[in-house]
Amino acid sequence: MKIWQKKAKIISNYKLADKYLRAVLHTAKIARIAAPGQFVMLKIDNSLTPLLRRPFSIHRVDGSKIEVLYEVVGEATEILSKRKAGGHIDVIGPLGNGFDCRAPHTGHRRRPILVAGGMGVAPLVFLAKNFKKVKGLVLIGAKTKKQILCEKEFQRLGFDVKIATDDGSLGFKGKVTGLLEKILLSAVSCQLSAVYACGPRPMLKEISRISNKYNIPAQISLEEHMACGIGACLGCVVNTKEGFKRVCKEGPVFWAEEILW
Amino acid sequence: MVASGTFGYAEEFKDFISLKNLGAIVSKTITLKPRQGNAPPRTCETPAGMLNSIGLENPGIEFFIDEKLPLLKKIGVPIIVSIASEGGPEEFIILAERLDKLGEVSAIELNISCPNIKVTKTQGQCASLPEGDKVTRLISQDAKATHDLVKKVRKVTRKTLITKLSPNVTDIVEIAKAAEEAGSDALALINTLPGMSIDVETRKPRIAMGCGGLSGPAIRPVALRMVWEVYQKVKIPIIGMGGIIDTTSALEFFIAGATAISVGTANFINPKVSVEIIKGIKEYLVKNKIKDIKELEGSLKL
Repeated sequence: MKIWQKKAKIISNYKLADKYLRAVLHTAKIARIAAPGQFVMLKIDNSLTPLLRRPFSIHRVDGSKIEVLYEVVGEATEILSKRKAGGHIDVIGPLGNGFDCRAPHTGHRRRPILVAGGMGVAPLVFLAKNFKKVKGLVLIGAKTKKQILCEKEFQRLGFDVKIATDDGSLGFKGKVTGLLEKILLSAVSCQLSAVYACGPRPMLKEISRISNKYNIPAQISLEEHMACGIGACLGCVVNTKEGFKRVCKEGPVFWAEEILW
Repeated sequence: MVASGTFGYAEEFKDFISLKNLGAIVSKTITLKPRQGNAPPRTCETPAGMLNSIGLENPGIEFFIDEKLPLLKKIGVPIIVSIASEGGPEEFIILAERLDKLGEVSAIELNISCPNIKVTKTQGQCASLPEGDKVTRLISQDAKATHDLVKKVRKVTRKTLITKLSPNVTDIVEIAKAAEEAGSDALALINTLPGMSIDVETRKPRIAMGCGGLSGPAIRPVALRMVWEVYQKVKIPIIGMGGIIDTTSALEFFIAGATAISVGTANFINPKVSVEIIKGIKEYLVKNKIKDIKELEGSLKL
């Protein structure tokens, strides 16, 4: 599929909650062909530090606009958070393979289950929109209530939302994967078609174990440090049963069973 | 041209630029046998630069010739194939012999300076010297080893032979002269500088191999100085590289003595940069009424 490099106008760049922001970028050519699970590489500013682009999953698409959801974790995201509407940002995208939404929704296994850990909600909102005709389930997990994002967005898309927090400040007390396992053990599990997960590596490793144990297919969206993001440098590899694969090209979405942890 | 390891085998860039506008494409370094490369993380950013320890991941010479070279040939620009050995000069010779017969290969670049292959137990070092040799250094760190290797490869190929030099040496001129004397047609400099970056929370290096090669604008002053030094002492052409990110930085290398320039890391930041620089150089020549870029070469005023 075609990849574009475009100067996108910043339509808005606003705070959702402390350290969490949403940037809306006008980039018609990318927006038109973007698929859930894909990402963009943004050149944050024109300076030499930060030098490299940063990857952001495509959070939502609205006509000719794409949205990214991000957390301020370092210098680059700090600078990004200060960019103003009206300015421009160089975007490369859409990148990566995206989720495989043809995963089995047949027979009595009807509902997709989305599992998000922290910022993992970002690409899953885009994915949820794709599943609009099916009443899916989404589990959102975070350390504490303040870090639970996008609950309303998922609800608006017709998804049932269940929350897990490490400290129990909201919903299930414990890891989101603990909540997932609890659900799979119950009668509801026979209606679940596949798991789509995004979050920290340890969470995805757990998803892999659970997928294998309960024999439910799981797709996971991985992250790895990227230099180019377009498949040229071979920096962002992950070890799989078929050797090293590029997270930016053969990924970021992989079947959980492929990965050699 | 575009530097080895920064452009893949060109496929990834076809959406961004018209590849036929490039002066040449230097392939990712190929070894005799396929190499998986190093464990991730393989890259990290540093101030005005980045570290890489990819570890020469490549599909091996036969797959390259069968599957990658035909695609490169279609582009219609000179193809320079970068080669390296996993152990000793013999593999360089086999690779050079193999490529010598292929019309679509315009030149061979000897990667004797990659610091990321673990051949001995020494962390992050590349020992391409014959077994039994107690000194674990890179070929490019030893003038005699460089001379021997270039001489051996020279014997088996009539292709344009480019020796790529490492900056990780006390005196790059010594190595450059050794390569020239042994029959190298041109020199490419510089390769990356060994470097490290540390995560202060985990106290671990940010790349899995510990050390990696530093590239990008951070190394440009070192590269320029070395191009200038080598230019004054050798007669063969120099392909200058090291942190070129725009027309101005490219021009610096010509003035320092480069006959041609290569863009590497900048391709990651702006996939269109190579053709933008070509255009920028042309505009500079027109604006300054310079008829031929050769007028710039080595025109540094001291």
